[in-house]
Amino acid sequence: MSILDAKIPEGPLADKWTNHKNKIDLVNPANKRNIDIIVVGTGLAGGSAAATLAELGYNVKTFCYQDSPRRAHSIAAQGGINAAKNYQGDGDSSYRLFYDTVKGGDYRSREANVHRLAEVSTNIIDQCVAQGVPFAREYGGLLDNRSFGGVLVSRTFYAKGQTGQQLLLGAYSAMNRQIKRGKIQAFNRHEMLDLVKVDGKARGIIARNLVTGEIERHSAHAVVLATGGYGNVFFLSTNAMGSNVMASWRAHRRGAFFSNPCYTQIHPTCIPVSGDHQSKLTLMSESLRNDGRIWVPKRIEDAEAIRSGKLKPTQLAEAERDYYLERRYPAFGNLVPRDVASRAAKERCDAGFGVNKTGEAVYLDFAAAIQRYGKEKALTSGIENPSPAKILELGEAVIENKYGNLFQMYEKIVDENPYKTPMMIYPAVHYTMGGLWVDYNLQTTIPGCYAAGEANFSDHGANRLGASALMQGLADGYFVLPYTIGDYLSSDIRTGKIPTDTAEFDEAEKEVKDRIEKLMGAAGQHSVDYYHKKLGKIMWEKCGMSRNEKGLKEAIEDIEALRADFWANVKIPGSASGMNPELEKAGRVADFLELGELFAKDALQRKESCGGHFREESVEQDGEQKGEALRDDVNFKYVSAWEYKGEPKNAELHKEDLVFDNIELKTRSYK
Amino acid sequence: MNLTLKIWRQQDATATGKIVDYRVTGIEGDMSFLEMLDVLNEQLIHKGEEPVVFDHDCREGICGMCSLQINGEPHGPDRGVTTCQLHMRKFKDGDTIYIEPFRAKAFPVVKDLMVDRSAFDRIQHAGGYVSVNTSGNTIDANAIPINKDDADDAFAAATCIGCGACVAACKNASAMLFTSAKVSQYALLPQGQVEATDRVLAMVNQMDEEGFGNCTNTGACEIECPKGISLENIARMNREYLKASAKG
Repeated sequence: MSILDAKIPEGPLADKWTNHKNKIDLVNPANKRNIDIIVVGTGLAGGSAAATLAELGYNVKTFCYQDSPRRAHSIAAQGGINAAKNYQGDGDSSYRLFYDTVKGGDYRSREANVHRLAEVSTNIIDQCVAQGVPFAREYGGLLDNRSFGGVLVSRTFYAKGQTGQQLLLGAYSAMNRQIKRGKIQAFNRHEMLDLVKVDGKARGIIARNLVTGEIERHSAHAVVLATGGYGNVFFLSTNAMGSNVMASWRAHRRGAFFSNPCYTQIHPTCIPVSGDHQSKLTLMSESLRNDGRIWVPKRIEDAEAIRSGKLKPTQLAEAERDYYLERRYPAFGNLVPRDVASRAAKERCDAGFGVNKTGEAVYLDFAAAIQRYGKEKALTSGIENPSPAKILELGEAVIENKYGNLFQMYEKIVDENPYKTPMMIYPAVHYTMGGLWVDYNLQTTIPGCYAAGEANFSDHGANRLGASALMQGLADGYFVLPYTIGDYLSSDIRTGKIPTDTAEFDEAEKEVKDRIEKLMGAAGQHSVDYYHKKLGKIMWEKCGMSRNEKGLKEAIEDIEALRADFWANVKIPGSASGMNPELEKAGRVADFLELGELFAKDALQRKESCGGHFREESVEQDGEQKGEALRDDVNFKYVSAWEYKGEPKNAELHKEDLVFDNIELKTRSYK
Repeated sequence: MNLTLKIWRQQDATATGKIVDYRVTGIEGDMSFLEMLDVLNEQLIHKGEEPVVFDHDCREGICGMCSLQINGEPHGPDRGVTTCQLHMRKFKDGDTIYIEPFRAKAFPVVKDLMVDRSAFDRIQHAGGYVSVNTSGNTIDANAIPINKDDADDAFAAATCIGCGACVAACKNASAMLFTSAKVSQYALLPQGQVEATDRVLAMVNQMDEEGFGNCTNTGACEIECPKGISLENIARMNREYLKASAKG
């Protein structure tokens, strides 16, 4: 019997959430005024949770390292948000969204959580429209939808390529309303450096004011961590520069189990790396795969000629191109899930068909779509016998209307016009499905400490489908936490304010200060970035798109050695008593250096291939699926949950067995 | 390419700042402007000097965190981009580049090139929202059809990233473009109508209280805005304000 209790409610799948809501304890409005909640992170999950909890009457304090809650990295999400509205009448339903998500996650998520997510997805759209979020509309005035990878319906709502921005600004506006009411106190340019536990319960945090350098104590009856994912452990990712694992990792060190750290999403359509100076990677939305066709040259000589600049992609005839996704996966074609698309790109590039200087890029080509839309537009506009130039003009206008900002972004970065020549793309680290273990109520293994959004592990299994991150963040924050946290806080109505002048706060503050002192006092050989880049290289080469036992074992040793070097030799100029961005980075990288090792350890124990986790030793040997990832449900149908025991190498593995009562486990085929 | 940088250094909000000269070498055209500053900072760290502090986060032009007055222009010489998306191919070998913080009374310097833009947040607190509860008990999203042109215009206004370039570009340090973008988003949508009167009065009032200047229609904000937020929004806000004032 596992010590992990997921607290999944009884009853049929479709009734679990309703039954649960009917049974959980509530806190009456007068008592809510006496209860404080800390929300760390102000992205979609944190922002929406803070707004809703404040609206319910709790006293909320929010924390973010940015200068405003509006800058959280949810803002960069481009393509859209899923919801089972079935506005298109194409057969969508809560069940189908649930099914697609479980299948897309390669059967490594919890049925009950995913079903709840699918159920509340429709509320999100209603809610956001009521808030004035300007989603894309059709001429009739109703909401428009597009399709995303891994599904056969159009259920993605969007606001051009800025869906995350619009949703986040919606949550931020809801926060602003509560800030004006005095129900939210926003602590911006603050970073959580530790979690404070009193009698085993989460009762506050230690935070650093990033402007003054002061170390502050903040108490609360519950703490919500909505601090996003840990993709920056790879140094290069599509995350923001400041995205980090510190809040989650500090909670982990205080007793919160960390789940499935090895589940990382490598997004197939990012702008390729251009050089060593690169500080981050830029995503090109998955929505582009609705209209873009992915290819490399069929002949290796052509690929070589392109790499050396002797041949242009537009000079290759249709028959000389290998549309490898359409070839390998006729049913889903260019819209296979992200993990499948990424591996296929790597396979072609490893085989020598890459199309840029580094050999690590494939084409995403819009020429066919421009032709198709151009002809369609000519027809509907009543233009007879349109010239090729006219078709091109009309088609480009349609594409611009759909993806204009993405094309502009591409042109600014790469200095090539994607309307005229195919885009070059390559996979990059984008999202982490792993995170803090939570039960059905989103509570971690520390009572009173909750994790929401990308920071928890719960809904996406081993691979997240496109447009589902925004859905999960808002579902957790608007519709799940506000209920489940009340159940916990109902026993706290007589507790009174949590004092901060106690031994527990003293001790946590001392640890934080000692750590800062140790960082500032290191011998001073290399910059923080030097170590971060080294860590990223180890992670990308040995824990990246494909992994094997030998590489993972090396990674564990390499990271441990790098961590020791870091603590002895990192160089941080300036002082801790004031603004010091290098010190901020150092604290984050120090935690990445621990997480990275646990990541490799988790990948090593999971000897199967599933979703974003591909073990070279576990591959289909023959049949139609030959060469595809091979899952092992007999031995690995569980969530790994690591308990902190000092050094990462001593972490103890706990397993939550996944039970599938409603879905039959199948080989995930997109052929 | 090799460059001379003249960078504003200021220890904190109360200290006196000054321009300091730096040299960077080996800069490539594919680098973003901030990656060029990363190169400089790496040099400074090696010498044991404090790196130059500047705001940045997403580095893909959407979070609105990066700023910088580059050769006198917010976000530098390119159009339609933030500093993080400005690439060094826009400069040439031997150039001298002046790098300063956004200048405005309402944006005090925090350190070096970093400024405090919390005045923008306070303008939003004053009325930048629809007062609808977030617990999900609303009508179906398609129960309110919205004219596509209005929806598209509302979206265009809502794409403001709150970076403050409009203020930095304006000789009056006016925040009219920023404020009007939010007012316009809601003015164009039926959801925003209910509170339209109070919203525009409260937001404009807060804008004035923060110490932003007035608008004299020079249009520099629109030209420097990395997201192409249109001056039409200011006209719309003026109409809304007039309407609201008449209602009183």
